[in-house]
Amino acid sequence: MSTQQQEPEQPESQETPKDPEMKGAESPVDEKEKETGEIDQTTADETELEGETVLIKVFRYDPEVADKQEPRFDEFHVPFEKGMTVLDAVMYARDHYDSSLTFRHSCRQAVCGSDAFFVNGKQRLGCKTQMADLEHPVRIEPLPHQEVVKDLVVDMDHFYDQMHTVEPYLQQDDLPTGDLEEQRQSRENREKIKMSTRCIWCGACMSSCNIAAGDNEYLGPAAINKAYRFAMDDREDEEVKEHRLRIIEQEHGVWRCQTQFSCTEVCPKDIPLTEHIQELKREAVKKNLKFW
Amino acid sequence: MSQSYNRGLIEDFGRWKEFSAGMWAWIFHKFTGWMLIGYLFTHIAVLSTAVGAASGDASLVASGDDIYTTTIQGLESLFIVRVLEVGLLAVAVFHILNGLRLLMVDLGVGLDAQDKSFYASLVLTAIITVASVPTFLDGVTL
Ligand code: HEM
Ligand code: SF4
Ligand code: FES
Repeated sequence: MSTQQQEPEQPESQETPKDPEMKGAESPVDEKEKETGEIDQTTADETELEGETVLIKVFRYDPEVADKQEPRFDEFHVPFEKGMTVLDAVMYARDHYDSSLTFRHSCRQAVCGSDAFFVNGKQRLGCKTQMADLEHPVRIEPLPHQEVVKDLVVDMDHFYDQMHTVEPYLQQDDLPTGDLEEQRQSRENREKIKMSTRCIWCGACMSSCNIAAGDNEYLGPAAINKAYRFAMDDREDEEVKEHRLRIIEQEHGVWRCQTQFSCTEVCPKDIPLTEHIQELKREAVKKNLKFW
Repeated sequence: MSQSYNRGLIEDFGRWKEFSAGMWAWIFHKFTGWMLIGYLFTHIAVLSTAVGAASGDASLVASGDDIYTTTIQGLESLFIVRVLEVGLLAVAVFHILNGLRLLMVDLGVGLDAQDKSFYASLVLTAIITVASVPTFLDGVTL
């Protein structure tokens, strides 16, 4: 099976194509494409994908287009290239087949956190997931447990609200005197919070969390991790830390976590979220239990 | 927000094949915890109705014909009760082993191996359960 899509001569219009599954777009193999690509960094069988097209099934929803008001899956055959990510694949589909296909992306290097999708049943960052590492066909859906605005775009407002609840900024008015206003941190303390600073606000963890799905007020792994990042930072005073602990020990805070490890498993920045939540639970207990 | 689509909870139990170790551990722990509670109350109900006669006739007790003895003997002669006992052991053993795992998780010990300790609880539970079968099914016929 070595058929692949031919690029359309004319630029695509903004309309949905009449043939969304691209059945009419099969064409003989493009010789140029055939020469490219070996796969080496992947688990997939090298010969399997080389010069082939890969099939992606993408979730479609658009409240403003009649036949997309009821969500459906569209299939696209995308020519495979070495190193192709899920984001590359949906971008190819958008640029060559259906310009109405909508998703967020920006940096393409796992920094901006805008392209977390639900890929083959798991929350993953589109730009950090190799097509060759996935089982085919690849199913691409918007993040679960968030309202879908259009296609792969979900409403992130609630996630951002939760992030802001924990006051994600350093609180220290007592700045050092002199020209240098920098607030120094010890190497050890930097190591301590290092992993927690890596969050890119992608929302994958929140979407994977079964508790967050059932309790809309639950702060969620990312916000708690953000609280950890500051609570453990020595540059803030003890009172500020206590204030932070009071926020996270509330009814919808750390105690909601049931240690399912779902968030830790999906975090694209490998933040040990469950570990941080557990540590804050112990900190909260220590704060309230004072026998001495 | 003009209009958006809520996909509800379809992503959860419909996708059980994709659940990870920690999720299964959670489900099994809930399930076994509530099974144990269920057993506890059944246990109290059965025994407290059976001890009614224990205060009674000393000669009945001596001959083994009091209600308590006959109730227990009657239950233990049923094959299904023996099978349920094996099930109870399995549920209790898993709950205890995974409970110890959860204590470790709460103390922040060995979090990187949390999936392995879950599989270890499962394997140990299976071994102990299988090993208990001869004892539990001793001397009962279908
Ligand atoms: C050595 C014995 C036991 C250990 C180590 C143990 C440990 C635990 C732990 C760690 C939890 C979970 C707390 C959490 O959510 O993090 C739990 C939950 C629970 N346990 Fe046990 N347990 C034991 C015996 C029992 C017994 C005998 C019963 C019943 C009579 C029981 C009933 C429950 C129930 C109902 C839950 C809550 C399940 C839920 O989350 O809804 N446990 N146990
Ligand atoms: S903690 Fe990880 S998964 Fe959660 S928002 Fe931050 S980067 Fe994304
Ligand atoms: S595009 Fe920025 S994180 Fe993927």
